[in-house]
Amino acid sequence: MLEQVLTNSIAQGGLCLSGKGVTKIFGMGARRTVAVDHVDFEFRKSEVISIVGESGSGKTTLVKMLLGLTSVTEGDIYFMGQKRDISSRKKKHDYWRGIQAIFQDPFSSYNIFHKIDAVLLDCINMRGGKGLPKKKKVEMMAEACSFVNLKYEELTNKYPFELSGGQMQRLMIARIFLLQPSILLADEPTSMIDACSRATILDMLLNLRKDIGMTIIFVTHDIGLAYYVSDTVYIMERGKIVEFGGADDVILRPKADYTQRLIQDVPKIHEPWDFTNRKARTAVFV
Amino acid sequence: MKNTLRQILHARNFMIGFITIMIILFAVSIYPLFNQGSPLDMIGLGTFFKPGTYISMYDAVETAPTYTLRLDGAAAKRVEAKLPQADRESMKRWLVAYGIPDEAVNTDDLNDLLNLWNNTYDPDARPAGLTSAFRKSVARIDTVLAGLLESLDVRVYTEEPESGEMRETAQIKDNQYINVSEVVNTRQLWLGTDNFGRDAFKELLAATGVSLKIGLIAGVIATVLGLLLGLVSGFVGGIVDDIIMFFANLFTVIPGFVLLILISYSIGQEQRGATVVAAVIGCTSWVWTTRSVRAQTLSLRNRDHVNLSRLSGHSLPRILITDILPYIASYVVMALILQICSGILAEAQLSMLGLGPKTTETPTLGLMMFWGMTYAAHQNGAWWAYFPVILMIALVSFSLNLMNTGLDQVFNPQLRS
Repeated sequence: MLEQVLTNSIAQGGLCLSGKGVTKIFGMGARRTVAVDHVDFEFRKSEVISIVGESGSGKTTLVKMLLGLTSVTEGDIYFMGQKRDISSRKKKHDYWRGIQAIFQDPFSSYNIFHKIDAVLLDCINMRGGKGLPKKKKVEMMAEACSFVNLKYEELTNKYPFELSGGQMQRLMIARIFLLQPSILLADEPTSMIDACSRATILDMLLNLRKDIGMTIIFVTHDIGLAYYVSDTVYIMERGKIVEFGGADDVILRPKADYTQRLIQDVPKIHEPWDFTNRKARTAVFV
Repeated sequence: MKNTLRQILHARNFMIGFITIMIILFAVSIYPLFNQGSPLDMIGLGTFFKPGTYISMYDAVETAPTYTLRLDGAAAKRVEAKLPQADRESMKRWLVAYGIPDEAVNTDDLNDLLNLWNNTYDPDARPAGLTSAFRKSVARIDTVLAGLLESLDVRVYTEEPESGEMRETAQIKDNQYINVSEVVNTRQLWLGTDNFGRDAFKELLAATGVSLKIGLIAGVIATVLGLLLGLVSGFVGGIVDDIIMFFANLFTVIPGFVLLILISYSIGQEQRGATVVAAVIGCTSWVWTTRSVRAQTLSLRNRDHVNLSRLSGHSLPRILITDILPYIASYVVMALILQICSGILAEAQLSMLGLGPKTTETPTLGLMMFWGMTYAAHQNGAWWAYFPVILMIALVSFSLNLMNTGLDQVFNPQLRS
């Protein structure tokens, strides 16, 4: 039933984030590097989108541009149908109410000098809850923690390094729960987490999407994960998008060579590891 | 945080350096309470008085009660103090020429020598191989000896102010003693006096205080400037970074000390107080702090917790203070300690060239060395005027460096043994 509702909303939903000719160039002269090269994309509301590519393909740079953490060299980004404007601090603040992120490494996502409460309090303040009574704030934080199966009483007054990686990443999701942005950029949120916590964290993100109708943009190098979670897949190679479309189309019937290679590189449980074949393939690449 | 503090307290290097500095600071602040008056008072008329206890002769004569002590060899000591080694050698030469075997004459044992001399010396004898001039000089030594051995009382006379008559007021026997603690005016000059006749020990402690102050001011100025520029340059990047780094590179290329000399010279003698010199030193030594803080900020800028802080809508100053500064604080403290140390050394160097603080108003370690050198203390053998100063500079910078190494061992796990 819920799936049906979501599918409908995707079908009807407008664009929440799109870009035209988005380019990022680092350095000048001889050290000029094109990290993201004229990328076009259209992300629809309430969709789960995956951006897949190897290390160095420009995924993270694209994410930083989408978040407004780094400037765009060329091209335009449209947010909720309008050209994005983050020229002043106030406008940036408003933009970040609508778009938030979870990063790859939970261990470096926290300021180790601050207690955990500070991170969650920031979120409440950001949504205009600065004047709320303390009791109400604590209630909100406790609710967010229980959403990610953490106990607020056990976390309060603790420092980030006293938690496990999985707990830290779940707390990051609690942060998103408090902020309720319309778009979430998740930059390889499970790559540093042990396999057991991985499914839990993905499920929590997908639950959050159901609850608040959020768009999730996964950035990953794991094409299997992308197939598992997403509706739409973008494949990036050396700063360019080489293929995009529905998850089934892209992964089951890949057109680009690069996508096919990515799919072949996924280890399969039912096939024995073919060392000779892999070696031959590596030779072809070189 | 608590753990780090405990590690610091257990770092031996740090603690040795820290305790040494604390002892120096304690001495600097406590000593003026026991020894009042300005350290720049010229108490001695004359240059480079030797270290020791100075007792007023005037009061010593008047001091009562006196005690009679019979001490062995008191007379010999009196003679010893007045009979130079050259005279003893002359006596030995005469005795050997007279026929005494060389081994039997010992110039080090004065009692022995005097006994031998009194028994053998004959003013009329003419030993072979001695000139008549030498014989006469030996005869003079003999006369002096006779005078020294005779213990005459010292008589003290006072002139009556009106009649001009001399009246005997005291008669001092050779076995009469007074207790030093009963003399009204005595002065302990641990390190004697310098070329101006100032108490060198008192001046040294005052100078150490001023030099530490100069180092601290220069260090704080350099660190604050360097920290501010480094943080902004590293975090903001772009054109701001380019401009700041342009100036930093400019200051790196121009030798800092030459710049320091030029600025100090152009300020002029009248305006150069200790604080001004400290400020000048601070303003020329911010470059390295800036460069290293910038490098650390650059690597921290792209950390996820900083990105998250920006996404939470925090302002630039808040991110710099709460998300970057705590991560580099340990480094900044270490840089500050080194800057204090180099500030003290820079002041000493400047003062040696006569470009330090105004010479008459403040004592600094550099100035003490400058005056010691100007009045040729090293050639006069007045070691107390310059050597303790060198020792103090070495001790201060050594302890500061020890503290720095200790902190480095705590904060840099690779150095832990």
